[in-house]
Amino acid sequence: MNSLLNAALVLVLALNLFALGTSRILTVIRTVTFQGILLGILPLLVHGHPSLPAVYASAAAILLKGFAIPFMLTRAMRDVHIKREVEPLIGFLPSMILGAVATGFALIFAGELPLADEHMTPLLVPAALSTMFIGFILLTTRAKAILQAMGYLVLENGIFIFGMMLVEAMPLIVELGILLDLFVGIFVICIIVNHVNQAFSSLDTRHLAALKE
Amino acid sequence: MRDIFIHIALLLGMPPLLLGVINKTKALFAGRKGPPLLQPYYDLFKLTRKHVVISEVTTWVFTAAPVITLTALLIAGILVPQGPFRAPLGFTGDLILFAYLLGLGRFFTTTAALDTGSAFEGMGAAREATFACMSEPALFFALLVLAKMSGSLVLGDLLHAPLVTTGWEAEAAPLVLVAVGLFILLLAENCRIPVDDPNTHLELTMIHEVMVLDHSGPLLGLVLYGAAIKLFVLSSVFLHIVAPFQSGRAGLDWLAFVGEMLGVAVAIGVVESVMARLQMRHVNYLLIAAILFCGFGFVLLVR
Repeated sequence: MNSLLNAALVLVLALNLFALGTSRILTVIRTVTFQGILLGILPLLVHGHPSLPAVYASAAAILLKGFAIPFMLTRAMRDVHIKREVEPLIGFLPSMILGAVATGFALIFAGELPLADEHMTPLLVPAALSTMFIGFILLTTRAKAILQAMGYLVLENGIFIFGMMLVEAMPLIVELGILLDLFVGIFVICIIVNHVNQAFSSLDTRHLAALKE
Repeated sequence: MRDIFIHIALLLGMPPLLLGVINKTKALFAGRKGPPLLQPYYDLFKLTRKHVVISEVTTWVFTAAPVITLTALLIAGILVPQGPFRAPLGFTGDLILFAYLLGLGRFFTTTAALDTGSAFEGMGAAREATFACMSEPALFFALLVLAKMSGSLVLGDLLHAPLVTTGWEAEAAPLVLVAVGLFILLLAENCRIPVDDPNTHLELTMIHEVMVLDHSGPLLGLVLYGAAIKLFVLSSVFLHIVAPFQSGRAGLDWLAFVGEMLGVAVAIGVVESVMARLQMRHVNYLLIAAILFCGFGFVLLVR
């Protein structure tokens, strides 16, 4: 079971780097969608015999991250007629290198942590840390509001992987609450995207720094 | 004995069919009917009956290169086992021979391109050599992962590592990484779309096609056939990682192998249809990513 879990986590890490390196907004959205669906399957892999809460969490996560959120984001993309390029603040190669360094750092750091024995072998902790780091990198180095939303999503995916370790201990309600927050967050961001676009006819959030009375 | 016979028959006969399947897939994506599946065979047959025009400034290298390249690739094809069967030839350390047979083929293709003295062909040769510098380490890392897994340095045993010694489950994480790296390698080595467009006829952007501009008639046929065989050989290497299954019955296994090969061809066709070509200066990012994937797989395995 652990090996399948590791394979899925390695794919998640690969998707992280791909999201950092690609130049099309739609591709980033699709990558993060695929990552969300993959993470939705994780609760079933973590424990060999899936329990009812695990199935619920998994179904909710797949529905939300695999269908609802990408649908809203692609519609927002279509409505605001923005350019399809990512236009990062730092280049693609530097951001990919940053991501790779973050992944390596997460691997080393997770090796140092005093973890419970059952959490040592799978890559859960390093994958969660590195996904969160990469979410931060996406958030801080991309100027467009939609890509910052993708950064939030990747960040949440990292937290979701952490949650995997507690899937039986943590009440289902907490998991659902997080997902609901995420949904509302993305919903609000889509509305903001529309307004930013109407006000500045661009999605660059740097314009917001120049707001005046 | 029978398995060796089938191996060689498939190695000689099947490669152009893969090109046909790729072209058909691309045509279906574009909403066209596309050329017949057997079109590459017709093309090869047509080329064998044409005259050869050889530039006066070329030397023997130009005529010898397609033959040497084809021979090198055929020997490489004999070293690589197909599906769960044993390869006809194998000895300790033949993975190095395999990598450098590919290298030898590339060396003679590029030398023949330089031999013509054409500026375009020289440019193509330079590109091919540059990208090869980055695809070779990725290949070696991938083989290293498998060698570590199987504890053997024979290409035949090492490629069967996911099948026999451990099974797909046990070491899935490094294998996933190696599979991604090898797929990038497969696309790059065979000049497929994110790296090079086999259909383009603009000399400034081509890599492989531009190197064979001066070849004509049967020589061009040999070059095209060699390229198809390279696709076949690298696809069968890739298949060992992604589909290490064995039913135990020889007939069924051969059928499965042929089906899987066609599946790889369809996958390449899909990638070619949905992706745009990378800018030339971005190709090395892709190849570095392949090295990182395979190298990270090795790190995970020995960690």
